[in-house]
Amino acid sequence: MTTATAGATGLFGVIAEYDTPEQVLVAAEAARKAGYTRMDAYTPHPVEGMDDALGLAPTNLGYVVLAMGLFGAAAGYFLQWYSATIFYPLNIGGRPLHDWPTYVVITFEVTVLLAAFTAGLYMLARNGLPRPYHPVFNTPGFERATRDGYYLCIEAVDPRFDEEGVRGFLEGTAPVAVHRVAS
Amino acid sequence: MAVVTGAPRNVVETNRVIAPGQTAGMLDDVVNTPVLVGPQGTPTWWWIGFGITLSLLGLYLVSVVHLITTGVGIFGNNQPVSWAMPIINFVWWIGIGHAGTLISAALLLFRQPWRTSINRFAEAMTIFAVVCAGLYPILHIGRPWVFYWLMPYPNTHGMFPNFRSALTWDVFAISTYASVSLLFWFIGLIPDLATLRDAAKSRFQKLLYGALALGWNGSAKAWQRYMRAYLLLAALSFPLVLSVHSTIAMDFAISQVPGWNNTVMPPYFVAGAVFAGFAMVLLLAIPLRRAFGFEHLITLRHLDNAAKLMLATGMIVVYGYVVELFYAWYSGVEFEKFMAYNRVLGADHWWAFWALIACNLLAIQPLWFRRVRQTPWALFVISIFVSIGMWLERFVIVVVSLTKDFLPSSWGNYVPTFWDWALFIGSFGLFGTLFLLFLRLLPAIATTEMKELAHHDAHHGPDAYESIREAYYRGEVRA
Repeated sequence: MTTATAGATGLFGVIAEYDTPEQVLVAAEAARKAGYTRMDAYTPHPVEGMDDALGLAPTNLGYVVLAMGLFGAAAGYFLQWYSATIFYPLNIGGRPLHDWPTYVVITFEVTVLLAAFTAGLYMLARNGLPRPYHPVFNTPGFERATRDGYYLCIEAVDPRFDEEGVRGFLEGTAPVAVHRVAS
Repeated sequence: MAVVTGAPRNVVETNRVIAPGQTAGMLDDVVNTPVLVGPQGTPTWWWIGFGITLSLLGLYLVSVVHLITTGVGIFGNNQPVSWAMPIINFVWWIGIGHAGTLISAALLLFRQPWRTSINRFAEAMTIFAVVCAGLYPILHIGRPWVFYWLMPYPNTHGMFPNFRSALTWDVFAISTYASVSLLFWFIGLIPDLATLRDAAKSRFQKLLYGALALGWNGSAKAWQRYMRAYLLLAALSFPLVLSVHSTIAMDFAISQVPGWNNTVMPPYFVAGAVFAGFAMVLLLAIPLRRAFGFEHLITLRHLDNAAKLMLATGMIVVYGYVVELFYAWYSGVEFEKFMAYNRVLGADHWWAFWALIACNLLAIQPLWFRRVRQTPWALFVISIFVSIGMWLERFVIVVVSLTKDFLPSSWGNYVPTFWDWALFIGSFGLFGTLFLLFLRLLPAIATTEMKELAHHDAHHGPDAYESIREAYYRGEVRA
């Protein structure tokens, strides 16, 4: 809803550009202390301490991967147990049909397969990828964000957002430049 | 400092994980420029290499067509040696892949900063080696077009896989390994693809890298999830390294053939895989760092560390040889004792055993010396020996054990045919073609991770202490 309003004004946010990870870290910390909540940093590599500086909640990705890994283990074991005892029992030298030691390898492999693909695909999905368009790419010279530019964007959806105030605040954090980002 | 030997051009060889003074922009330029130049900028060495590998790929394809149209009778394997070159080559190739996963996963978990500049091409090596490996069992089953019968799926054939068979375990182990390695590689590539997208010049490049980068924008929340996912992928891939070759070893270990039925097989196979894999990493890294001028990124330190791991795993493998012979004697089993005798002194294949000892035990001993570990050409030569040695090891295990097992009336010999060799030599063409295309189209070094490393090195590396101390005496920082 707030996003729709912001879209109507044609403004995604105000973004500041820095030359070093330290500068953007200090700016993010200051922005959080100034009470801004809807903001994001854009950096060419992960910056240590950025989660705390922006006050980001920890990701729940690990729990999802754990759950899917356990599901994979159960599914892998069930596949073998069901087919070996009910669906297609094979009598090999009179050995027990529910022959759990021989199920270990495949149970492990299915666990890893499901957990790994959950980690990869859940990360992409929660990050909204693949996504061909994002307003932040409207920033002039944003190609630097994957090379050696560090950005902090305070978004128009922030409850304390007012364009002049945010611009003034960001200019006070010693950036290289401050840009208006169209949505 | 470094022992500088044979350093080409004006290259500064260094013993650190990254040469000092690298900035993010410099890293992007040196790694991405060869990728982003137009077709006319492709270096000559690339075209020569591509021509050679493409010819070998042609040989591979001819062999495959002949195999499919004629049948597995074109190979030399028959009773009693029903597993021969296809299985040897399969185990050899898949073993090579293990070093890539070990570098990208295990060394990440152990926080080894030297993995950073070699992990990308080592992972690519893994994937292409697994491609070469995985095709062997599929081709060897005789009717490759129905290979999907190996998977458990509801069907009208009245057949189902036997989950007690190590060969069924293999199907799961290798398909999981291949798909997880590909995912790990691609996830690792996304930020680098975004860098290429933003630096791209032609429309083709913009479309290609733009599509592959999936719209990555490097936001802090995206990085948070990304780093967690990457760490978990590493944690999941590490046991995979150990499990895949253990599973392959169990193809042998749970059978009754003398020389195969041995509990040392899984750890010994894993060590052998890492050993052969590091040899291949060095065989690729040494020409690559020179061709691209990456000597300041893939430094002597990387070669040194890879050589140390090769030496350590090589000595574990040699321990495996000793234990195999000890078991044969200590078990008191007549067939095992004969197997050991036949392997070491038998008239047919004694040369294979002693050649493998020469390659895997003697050839690696110079690696105890730092000077050798930091001399690229010497490492290159030793790595060739190791690759040959590990192939011979699988030859000895597979072929020599099968030629003379229990009943002398069932003994036989094995001679590879032209097509056995054609398919093996051709598989280098498949690997090389894929690897050269990778070098041309994708960055051979993970630039994103290198930027982090360069930043870390500048602030916490060997020079950082000095600069902080000077700043302290200038009164710029407080203690």
